Amino acid sequence: MITGGERLLLRAASLTKVFRGDGVPVPAVRSVDLALLPGEFVAVTGPSGSGKSTLLHMLGGLEPPTSGEIWLDGRRVDGLSQARWAVLRRRHIGFVFQFFNLVSNMTVADNVELAALMGGATRKQARARRTELLSELGLTGKADAAPSRLSGGEQQRVALARAMANRPSLLLADEPTGNLDSASSGAVLRLLSRAHAEGQAILLVTHDARVASSADRVISLFDGTIVDDATMPPAHPHLPLPDVLKLRG
Amino acid sequence: MRMPLLALLAKEPAHGYELKVQLEQIFGEAYPSPNIGQIYVTLQRLERDGLVCSQDVVQTTRPNKRVYELTEPGREALLRWMDKPSEGPRVRDDFFMKLVLSQLTGTSDRLGLINRQRRHYLGQMRNLSALATATDRRIPRLLIEGAMLHLQADLDWLQRCQEELV
Repeated sequence: MITGGERLLLRAASLTKVFRGDGVPVPAVRSVDLALLPGEFVAVTGPSGSGKSTLLHMLGGLEPPTSGEIWLDGRRVDGLSQARWAVLRRRHIGFVFQFFNLVSNMTVADNVELAALMGGATRKQARARRTELLSELGLTGKADAAPSRLSGGEQQRVALARAMANRPSLLLADEPTGNLDSASSGAVLRLLSRAHAEGQAILLVTHDARVASSADRVISLFDGTIVDDATMPPAHPHLPLPDVLKLRG
Repeated sequence: MRMPLLALLAKEPAHGYELKVQLEQIFGEAYPSPNIGQIYVTLQRLERDGLVCSQDVVQTTRPNKRVYELTEPGREALLRWMDKPSEGPRVRDDFFMKLVLSQLTGTSDRLGLINRQRRHYLGQMRNLSALATATDRRIPRLLIEGAMLHLQADLDWLQRCQEELV
């Protein structure tokens, strides 16, 4: 629950996006209010077409809002130019996409290092950060490989390393497990949870209930509006077991 | 629990407590530990139906124990069970009934019902994730993974209900 006195990492007020296809206005996001505390992990779920990707893209500056406000770290950012947004993303925001979006003609190591360099690190710092991240994500052996030689799960781990290379205050992710099998999804989820445990604020959009249920809060979007904002209770791994786990026979 | 007990007895004769321990060892924390009373009642019924037979084994320092053994009809029943395709789990119709009937009662709004149910499923998913993380044995982990996939289907269906009915 957000109260007035706490410092917010991210705040959106009356955020709205209307697309105009063939002159007919199609509202994708309708007057959404949203606040995120530093270090908080929030998942946004909803059916396709509910506006969740559009919302995420607006919050990351990839899509300009039709109206409304976005505040990041106490600073209003919704009116920034594309160039200013690019700087903001390089320095303060990490972005993970469903289809990884790695630079295909660079090695895994260079993909991660480049992001650190663009975030303002020196060459030496960037190399150290890359080594640290690839080791944490179990990818040290793949440092010199081209992204196309990696499995989907490995590519997504590289994308995660790249997104975290600049130590972003906010990590945004659009269906980060949407294209992965169960085991790879589990690995990506463990990495997200670990980053969160170390204080990383995360806002992600997902269909995957396992990913959503690991967040502190789950926001349900429907028809471009927030219909539920649920704070998740702590996990009780032993009690009570759901019916689905009761074997019959 | 009839068929699992017959399956365990197909390997070798055993008494009730041994069967309880074996079930726990195979299915681990993912299976609600069977009550010893239920096991004895089930064994008695299996014996009444001629699928197992038993005899008392005299122990010197403890009370006698009753050891159960699979009979030929029991082995046949077990093989029939093994060979037969199993029914999948049913859709949870209790929630669906509430959702469909809620408008008649005038007490509950459908979106509220769906939100509460979604929170409940997500909470279960969170518990199962924690359980899966705490489990390193393959059989219980697979069972938990199956339960998580069912929950995902329940949540997807909930979303369909919301699209159609709210």
